[in-house]
Order: sequence, then structure tokens, then C-alpha cells
Amino acid sequence: MPLPRRSAPCHFGAATHPNRDPSLKSVLILFAHPALQKSRVNRVLIEGVRELPGVTFHDLYEAYPDFDIDVPREQGLLLDHDVIVFQHPFFWYSTPALLKEWQDLVLQHGWAYGSEGKALRGKTFLSAITTGGREVAYQREGHNRFTITELLAPIEQTARLCEMEVLPPFVAHGTLGMKDDEIARHAADWSRIVEALRDERIDLEAARSQTRLNASLDSVVREGGR
Amino acid sequence: MYGQGFFYQAFVYLAAAVIAVPIAKRLGLGSVLGYLIAGMVIGPFGLGLIGEEGQDVMHFAEFGVVMMLFVIGLELRPTLLWRMRGPILGVGGLQVGITTVALTAVGLAVGLPWQTAVAIGMTLALSSTAIVLQTLNEKGLMQTDGGQSSFAVLLFQDIAVIPMLALMPLLAVSGGESDASAHGADAAKHAPTWVEGLPAWEQTLVVLLAVAAIVVAGRYLMRPVFRMIAATRLRELFTATALLLVIAIALLMTQVGLSPALGTFVAGVVLANSEYRHELESEIDPFKGLLLAVFFIAVGASVDFQLIQSEPQLILGIVALLMAIKFVILFALGRAFRMGLDQNFLFAFSLAQSGEFAFVLFSFASQNRVISEDITAPLIAAVAVTMALTPVLMLLNEKLVQPRFGTRERSEREPDQIETDSAVIIAGFGRFGSIVGRFLRANGIQPTVLEYDSDRVELLRKLGLQVYYGDASRKDLLEAAGAEKAHLLVVALEDHERALAIVETAQKHFPNLTILARAAGRPEAYELLDCGVEHVYRETLDTSLRTGVDVLRLLGRRAYPGHRAALMFRRHDEESVRDLGKMRHDRKAYFSEARERIQSLEELLLSEVEGPDEERDAGWDTESLREEFGDSR
Ligand SMILES: Cc1cc2nc3c(=O)[nH]c(=O)nc-3n(C[C@H](O)[C@H](O)[C@H](O)COP(=O)(O)O)c2cc1C
Repeated sequence: MPLPRRSAPCHFGAATHPNRDPSLKSVLILFAHPALQKSRVNRVLIEGVRELPGVTFHDLYEAYPDFDIDVPREQGLLLDHDVIVFQHPFFWYSTPALLKEWQDLVLQHGWAYGSEGKALRGKTFLSAITTGGREVAYQREGHNRFTITELLAPIEQTARLCEMEVLPPFVAHGTLGMKDDEIARHAADWSRIVEALRDERIDLEAARSQTRLNASLDSVVREGGR
Repeated sequence: MYGQGFFYQAFVYLAAAVIAVPIAKRLGLGSVLGYLIAGMVIGPFGLGLIGEEGQDVMHFAEFGVVMMLFVIGLELRPTLLWRMRGPILGVGGLQVGITTVALTAVGLAVGLPWQTAVAIGMTLALSSTAIVLQTLNEKGLMQTDGGQSSFAVLLFQDIAVIPMLALMPLLAVSGGESDASAHGADAAKHAPTWVEGLPAWEQTLVVLLAVAAIVVAGRYLMRPVFRMIAATRLRELFTATALLLVIAIALLMTQVGLSPALGTFVAGVVLANSEYRHELESEIDPFKGLLLAVFFIAVGASVDFQLIQSEPQLILGIVALLMAIKFVILFALGRAFRMGLDQNFLFAFSLAQSGEFAFVLFSFASQNRVISEDITAPLIAAVAVTMALTPVLMLLNEKLVQPRFGTRERSEREPDQIETDSAVIIAGFGRFGSIVGRFLRANGIQPTVLEYDSDRVELLRKLGLQVYYGDASRKDLLEAAGAEKAHLLVVALEDHERALAIVETAQKHFPNLTILARAAGRPEAYELLDCGVEHVYRETLDTSLRTGVDVLRLLGRRAYPGHRAALMFRRHDEESVRDLGKMRHDRKAYFSEARERIQSLEELLLSEVEGPDEERDAGWDTESLREEFGDSR
């Protein structure tokens, strides 16, 4: 018996989540890392969010190792969720190849954008990235000469064209020399953000004033329940 | 037979074979004719090196036919046999029936009593399984339409022997006892059979039980037995078991009055699905070959030149009339069953003789004075001549008839059917070619398909595909399929030899074609590469790798590295086929084929000791990055 070509994501949005509270938002994490076996940071970051209730974790390289993306299924997943996240390591100031392929194929004209394309309208979007370069390097006068906000402009504008609300990104800078405890702290922050997104405990006003969501978390996330 | 005499005989037979057969092959006559000629030369009417005992040797050597049918059965899975039921019953039944009637009529016309005429008619209606199958096999014609039909008819004849034997005693003018022997049954000739004296329905029951026993034993008993024997790792024990099996079945069949050849054939078919099939085949094969050789020599030796000399008109008249009648009936049947003209000639020329069954039956009949000696003697002589003539006729057919009629008919028929001039020709539409073809069609390319299996052609045509019947190794057919205008030729046949033949024809006559060829494995790929084919596809490579990738996934590895690893492995493997293929030539001079295979497997396994995938795809590696920038805080 051949394996099903695509492994199903861990959680399948509302349909597969009996415990899901209808008053909460559903979160879809589109994760792309071509060499997770070599990862130090993302490996830990995803641990905290994979199994969260109300969160669908979708491991793209695991689902489409041959880049044969199932477009209708991906569009279905997008429709089923309120918050869309691109989570990936920063590769050449951009996304790994599969996530780019995903954008090209899934965000069709007439579906995601254009006068007929309103499928994603009103959803929330954000990026969650890890970069080798430190925060100081991502400055005008720094090594990389552009800020993260600038470098993420193509993705931000893609989301805007699809009429999504764009939040500032979650960024874990300086992964190359990152110590284990630092990684753990980032992982805790990331889980906290995802939970807050789900529970609508993000202070959007405060968030929009930040360049990255995890710069001063306490001012962005309202503590509540759970 | 033993001691000196035995060795002397063995020496004479083997020497005759060793000298005659290579010469016959050199002259393009085929081995069967070589053996027959050798027999004539050493026989009582030639050099006289062997005498009348040739007859006994022949009866003994007929066991080769039994073995041959066993081997044929092994190659024929039950489903295949079931698919042949139409031709076996239809063509076979009609051939035996009509020929019997016609020959009986001749007998009556020359004034024989009707019983004798019927007995002779039935007997002569049968053909020679040994000569026909051996010749067809040697020429590689078994898989052709004509070859398959011939086989079907021979199989029916073997079945028809049963009722014929039952009828014989009833026909005997002066009464006589039944002799159950047909092929090679003479060992048990004088022993009474179990079914003798039983009423007809009980005989039938015993026969059915015996066949059922073979089927059941073959299914459930033989495999554990063979497994046990194989576990001893004594090769000769396996050989002995295989021989024992065949002999036991032959004896059982003789006891219940069936043809031993039929019994072993059934056993072969039952065992065709078993894992021991190839071993059995290779164990039995040398015995079969040797016995058949001896049999053919004995047939040659038994051609009674004295009788022919004294009554040339009578004997040659019988030969001519017999073969003419059989040929005409066979040919008409071929037409009726819509065989192509070339296949029909092959079919009719193959089966136009009478067979070894006649020797057994006639000598038995004359011993029992069912038919008098002065009738059987010229008949036996004539039958031997028809058998000896068969390879000659098949040769004439091949050299003189086929090139004319066959081709003309084909090129008359085919061009108006092949009306496409598509850019792609696919030769062979089996498991491999059909996927290629379907894929191309799904992408808007209509390939021209050539297929050699006429059944499959029918079926695919019904499904609306453009499939044409024909042997793609023939220049005229490729031409008719548009090879001059086409760009690509996909050689997707399972049969490697035939694939090579197609490649050769295509390269010689249509250099414009780029060839893409299927190869079963490495050895086949090497040969295709040697021919200068650049695009060679080993049929199991991609599938096996996909299996390997899934194994990795099920072991918990990530999908994408697995996918990449498979791509890389395939690239390396393709490179190594090309490298080893070249190296192979130097080595071939020193090592035997077998050594060579083991060696290349060894080389393969050694070359696979690559690092884990961390060392591949270094682009994703951040190790050196971390070293350079990691602690410059
Ligand atoms: C192909 C490749 C390209 C990269 N490009 C960048 C880059 O443009 N900017 C940057 O800051 N880091 C870059 N990096 C470093 C990665 O972002 C860093 O190794 C990763 O975020 C670490 O996360 P991980 O431990 O989960 O793999 C690159 C790394 C690789 C392998």
C-alpha cells in the first residue's frame, strides 16, 4: 500500500477540532523548512505550537516533498482559518522555495485577489521568521542595509493585496550564535503570541506600533483566561 | 542396454549429435533437423552403427516430450491457459475432428474396413508435439499468433488421445486390449493399469480424481516439500525431487489411462505460480534437452529407407497425400479463425506432419493384429518421413514463403490502418508502454502504438486507442507506422531480445528517430547503451526508490530530504550504469558472465557507502555560518 502522498496537517481547523470554542479564532501556521533535521531554532519554536488547540500546524515540506502542491486543499485550509501565519527561516532575505511556490499557486487571481477574489478578505496575516543576522545588522547602516520590515515588504504587500490585516512579524534574530536558553525563551514567546492570536488577546493598536511583535510582548499581549 | 553396450550406444548417439548439430546450425537448418539427419546417418539404413533397438531408445526418449510439456506448463500460468481455452477447444477440436474425418474417408476410398480407416484417421490426425514445439521454441516463434495456435492444437491433441485410446479397442476388427501409452508411457506398457476392466463412468471418475490430485498436490503439497528439500541445500537432491515429481506424475497418468505429457503439463501449470518455478525449470531442462535429442536421433534412425526404396511410390504418395490433407485443413482453419496470412502459413506448415503417437499406436495395433503389418509398416515409414520433413518445411516457410506472402499481406493491410503520422511511436503496449501512452494522450500527444499481442490489440482498439498489430522490428512495419516522419521511438517491450532487434532496425533504417528504451535491469541497460541508445529506462528503478523513500518516511524521517536523497541516488545510479557499462568490456574478457554480475553488485554496494544526508545539500548547512558569525558578539 503506497503512502498517501500528503500527510494531513495535525489539526484540520474547525472541522477536526471538536473542542474548539467558536468564539475563538482559528490559526493556520504554514511552516516551511527544507532541512528541519539541521534546524536548531525552528525545531524548538514549532514544538510549542504544533499541538495547540485551535491551531492547525501545516508542515509544507512534509506535505509536498515533490513540490506538487494540492491547490484546492490549500485554499480550503485558508478558508477554514481566521489567522494565517508564514513561519520559516529567513533564506536569502526571503522564504524557502516551497513557500514561494505555494504563494504562486495557491493565491490565484480571482480567488485571493482581483475584483472577484475576496476569499481572504478580513483575515489576519503575519510572518514568523528566524534570521541568522542580528537585529543590528538589519538597519540602514547595518550589514544588511535594510530593515526586516523593508525586506518583508513583498510578503506584506502580497497579504494586503489579498485584503488581509497584516500584523508586524515575529522575528528571532541572531540564530547563529543563539544559546539554548535564548531559543527556549523565543519558543515561549512564540507560543504565547499564537495563543493570544487565537484568543484575540493581541492589542492591535499597540502591536502596529512595533517593528516586530516580540519586541516588547507584555505591551502587546493582554493577559487573560487560560 | 547396460555395460559395454550401453556406453557404446551412448557414445554413438552423443557423437552423432555433437558432430551433426553444429553443422546443421551453421547451415541454418536448426537443431531438430541436425538430430534427425544424425539419426539417419547412424541408423540401420545408414552407417548401421545402431540397429533395430533404435525403436526402444525412441520409446524411452519420448519421455523428453513429457518433460518438455512440464516445462511449458511451468511457463504458462493458469490464467494464461484459461485465456487460451478458446483456441484450444475451437481450433484444436476442429483440426482433430475434420482431419480424422478426411483421413478416414481416404482410408475407406482405398478399400480399408471402416474400423481400420477410423483408427488410422484418428492416429494420423495428431501431430508431433516434440518436433513442432522444439522447432518453434528454437526459432523463437512460440509467442507469435501462429506459434500459440499451434501450441493450442497440440494441447488439444494430447487431450484427444484419451478418448481415442478408449475407442481403439472398440474399433479393433478382431478385438484386443487397450494400451494406455502415449508419449513415453512405454515404461509401463506391459503393466496392467488401474482402470482396466472398470466401467466407463468409473474410469472417468478415476481420471478426474487423478487430475484433481495433481492440482491439489501441486497447490498445497509440493511447496512445503520443495521448501524442505531446498533447505537441505543439496542441489542434487532438488534435481532428484524434480525428476521424481515428473516421473511420478507420468506413472500415475499412465495408470489411469491418461497421457503422461498431459499430466505433467497440468502439474507444470499448477506450479507455474510457485516460487520454485525457475529452479524446477532449470533442473528439468537439461534432461529434457538430452532426451529430446536422443528422441530425434531415434526418429531419424527409424526412417525405413529400405521400405522406401522398395516401394517409393506408395510411401512418398502417402507422405504427400497426408501432408497435403493436413496442410489444407490447417490452412482453412487458420483462415476461418482470422489468422494473418504469414501466421497461417507458419501454423499450417508446423502441424502438417503426423506424430510420435503413431509409432506407439501402430506397433501396438499390429502386435494385436488390429491392423495388419502390411498396412502399418508403410504408414510408420511415412510418418517418420513427415516428421523428418517438418523442420525442412518450416525452414522453407521461413526462407521462401514468409518473405513474400507475409510481407505483402501485411503491407497491404497495415498502411491503411496506420493513418496517423504522429511524432511518437511506441513499440509494445504492455504494462510499461501503456503508461507512457496514456500519459502522452493525457497531454494531448497521440502516439502510434505497435503491439505484437493480437488479443491486446483488439482490447485496446475497443477502448478507443490507436494500436496496431505488428512486429516493430520489421522495417516495413516501422515505415508504415510513419518512422520516417516521427521524431521519437519508445521501445517499451518486455522481451529484451526483441527490443534489441527493434533498436537495431530503427538505427539502421531510421537514423532520424531518437530512441527511448525500456530495460529490465542493469544487464539489459548495458546492452542498450552499447547499442548507442542514450535514453535508457530501467523499469524498476524509480518505483523501488519510491518504496525506499516511503520506508524512510515510515521510519519517521522527513519527507523532503528523503525525496532529495532519492533524486540523488537515482542520478548516481544512472551515472554508475554508464561507467560500469564501459568498464564491463575490459572485464568481460576475463570473467564469466556470472562472476561479472556478482562483481558489479559488489561494486554497487561499495559505492553506496555515502555519508548520511547531512553531507548532501550543503546549501542548507549553517555550520560554517555559525562558525564564522556565531560568536562575534
Ligand atoms: C540557504 C540559506 C540562506 C540564508 N539566508 C539568510 C539571510 O538572507 N539572512 C539571514 O539573516 N540569515 C540567513 N540564513 C541563516 C538562517 O536564517 C538561519 O540559519 C536560520 O534562521 C536558523 O534557523 P534553524 O535553526 O531553524 O534552521 C540563511 C541560511 C541558509 C541555509
